[in-house]
Amino acid sequence: MNKFTGVDYYNVESLLNEEEIMVRNSVRQFVDDKVISIIEKHYREEKFPNYLIKELGELGLFGITLPQKYGCAEMNNVAYGLAMQELERGDSGIRSFVSVQSSLVMYPIFTFGSEEQKEYWLPKLATGEKIGCFGLTEPDYGSNPGGMITRAEKVTGGYKLNGAKMWITNGTIADVAVVWAKLDGEIKGFLVEKGTEGYTAPEMKGKHSLKASVTSELILQDVIIPEKNILPGSKGLKSPLMCLNQARYGIAWGVVGSMMTCYDSALNYAKSRIQFSKPIAAYQIIQDKLVFMLTEITKAQLLNLQLGRLKDKDEAKHTHISMAKRNNCEMALTIARISREIHGANGILDEYPVMRHSQNLESVKTYEGTHEMHTLIIGEDITGWSAFE
Amino acid sequence: MKIAVCVSHVPDTAAKINIGSDSKNIDQNGVTFVVNPYDEYAIEEALKTKEKFGGETVAISLGGDANKETLRKALAMGIDNAVLLKDSGFRDSLSVAKALAEEIKTQGAELVFFGKQSVDYDSSIVGQLTAELLGYNCISVVISFSLDGNKITCEREIEGGKEIVETALPALITAQKGLNEPRYASLKGIMAAKKKEIIEKQPVAAQNYIEIISMKKTESKQAGKIVGTDSSAVPELVRLLREEAKVI
Ligand SMILES: Cc1cc2nc3c(=O)[nH]c(=O)nc-3n(C[C@H](O)[C@H](O)[C@H](O)COP(=O)(O)OP(=O)(O)OC[C@H]3O[C@@H](n4cnc5c(N)ncnc54)[C@H](O)[C@@H]3O)c2cc1C
Repeated sequence: MNKFTGVDYYNVESLLNEEEIMVRNSVRQFVDDKVISIIEKHYREEKFPNYLIKELGELGLFGITLPQKYGCAEMNNVAYGLAMQELERGDSGIRSFVSVQSSLVMYPIFTFGSEEQKEYWLPKLATGEKIGCFGLTEPDYGSNPGGMITRAEKVTGGYKLNGAKMWITNGTIADVAVVWAKLDGEIKGFLVEKGTEGYTAPEMKGKHSLKASVTSELILQDVIIPEKNILPGSKGLKSPLMCLNQARYGIAWGVVGSMMTCYDSALNYAKSRIQFSKPIAAYQIIQDKLVFMLTEITKAQLLNLQLGRLKDKDEAKHTHISMAKRNNCEMALTIARISREIHGANGILDEYPVMRHSQNLESVKTYEGTHEMHTLIIGEDITGWSAFE
Repeated sequence: MKIAVCVSHVPDTAAKINIGSDSKNIDQNGVTFVVNPYDEYAIEEALKTKEKFGGETVAISLGGDANKETLRKALAMGIDNAVLLKDSGFRDSLSVAKALAEEIKTQGAELVFFGKQSVDYDSSIVGQLTAELLGYNCISVVISFSLDGNKITCEREIEGGKEIVETALPALITAQKGLNEPRYASLKGIMAAKKKEIIEKQPVAAQNYIEIISMKKTESKQAGKIVGTDSSAVPELVRLLREEAKVI
C-alpha cells in the first residue's frame, strides 16, 4: 500500500503553524505504524487495542488543550483537531477512546472539579494510567438527556446513586465514570470509581459499528460514593452539554480523517482498476464521484480550521460546533459509501479500510447529538423557534 | 558528556521527484521534506545514551532555513540544543564534513551520531569523512550500540551477517535501521521545542572537489502488454519473449 501523504487540495497546510504541522505529522506517523497494521484484526475480533493506551498517553494525546501543570500538552484547539483527524484516519474507535478520555472525562474534571480532584485524576488520565468514561445516555433518554432517571441522594458522608446508563464508551475498562444524575432535581456530575459496591459496567455486544471500541452499560444500584466525589462546579444540563461540545468539536475534525482515507483508497483503486481496457478513473462517472469527495473534504477542512481558530479565540458558539459536526459526519458517511461503490466488490473486503469506516460512521453520526438534533439546534438559533419538543 | 547528532533534511521517500529546469537540482515544488530516516535512529540513540549516562545533546544540520524544520523535530524528540550551519549552496560530501567537523569541535562533543547515509544524495560517506577530520574512531552501519565507561561495543551489518566491534571514545557512529525504534515527537515535546532556540552559524568555507554536471531521471517503465487471457495466447507470448524481449 502507498504511504498516506494527506489530502490537501487547497494547501490548507499553509494556514497552519509549525507546531500544528508537527502534531499532525507525529500522529499521522503513529497511526501508520501502530494503528493501520492492527486495526482490521481488532475490529473483526471486537477488541479495543488496550496496549495502545499507554502509547497514546506518551504521545500526549489525552487532554491536549489542558494545562501543563496537570501533565497535559496545553496546545491550541487546532492542534487538538488535527490530532483527532489523524487518529480517525486510523479508526473512529481509537479516536472515540481519546475523545471520551479528553473531552468527556478530563474536561469535566478540569472544568467542574475541585482542585483535589484535578490534582489526583488529571495527571493519571493524561498518561493513560487511568481510564475514564462518561455516563449521560440512558436506555430511555438519548437525544433528551434532561429527562434522565438516574438519581443521587444525599446520605451521611456522601451520596447514594441509583439508575442505569447505556451506550457508554470505555465503560467496562474505565477506572472512573463521570456519571450524570439528578440531585434534588438538578443534574450534577459524580465520579464513580471502579470496584465501588453496587456499580457494574457490562459490555454491550453485537455491534456492527465501532467494533474496535468498548461500549457498555453502567448499572448503579445503591452505589455509595464519598462526598468528595461530586463535581462541585457542575450545575444542570448545561454542564454535560459543555462536555459534549468539546467532544463534538473533536468529532468534526475526526471524521475528516475517515473522509481522507476513503478518498485516498478510492483514488488509488480507480487509477489501477482496469475495466473495458481502461482504468475506471478514466470514466466520467468515476471522476464525478472523486471530484465530489475531494470538494467535500476541502470544504470540511476549511470549516474545521475556521471553527478551530474561533474556538481558540473563545468565539466559537455551540451552534458553530453543531454545524461542523452535522455536516462533516453526514459527508463522511456519504464519502465512505461512494468510496465503497468505486471499489466495487472489493469495497466490502477488509483489505480496504472503507467498509469499516462506513460502519463506524453510522455511530459517529448518531452519538454526541444525532444529525437531526444538530439540525434543530442550528434551526432554533437562526429562527428563534425551538422545534425540539 | 556532550553528544552531537548530525541531521539532514531530505525529500520524503514517498515524494515523486522531478528534476529542476537547470538539471542540476531537483524541483522542490510540492515535495515534502522530512528528517533523513537514518538520522532518526541517530537521534534516538543520542537520546537513549543521554538518558542512561546524562550529559547534553546537540543536533547540527547544514543547509538553508528549511532545515530548521528537521532541527525542530529533533528538539521535539528531546534533543537539548540545535545549530543550523546556514548555507544553501551546493557542497560536496567532503565540504559538508569539514563544516560539521568544525562545529562538533566547537561543541566539544566526544560522541557523535550520524545516519549511515542521507537518502537524498546517498553518498554514504559524510560520517566517515567527519570522523577522519576529527581524528575520532568511527564505526559505521551500526545496529546495536553500547557504552561502558570509555569503551564502545557495536554490532554492525556486514554482507550476509553481522560483526561485533569495539572501540573507545571519542567516536563517531553511523546508524543503520534496526539500531532502535525512534520515538515520536510527543505533543509535550513539541511544546517544549517551541521554547528552545535554534542557533544559526556561518559554516566554515571549504572547496568542492565534486561538481554536479547534470541530473537525469531513470527511464520510466513502459506499460505492460496483455497478449491474451487463456492458453491460446501462449505461442504468441513465447514468440514475443523470444523476438521482442529477447529473454528466452
Ligand atoms: C457506539 C456508541 C457510543 C456511545 N457512547 C456514549 C457515551 O460514551 N456516553 C453517553 O452518554 N452516550 C453515548 N452514546 C449514546 C449517544 O449519545 C446516543 O445514542 C445519542 O444521543 C442518540 O440517542 P438515542 O440512541 O437514544 O436515540 P433517540 O434519541 O431515541 O433518537 C432516535 C431518532 O429520533 C430522532 N429524534 C429524537 N428526538 C427528535 C426530535 N425532537 N425531533 C426530530 N428527531 C428526533 C433522532 O435524531 C434519531 O434519529 C453512544 C452511542 C453509540 C452508538
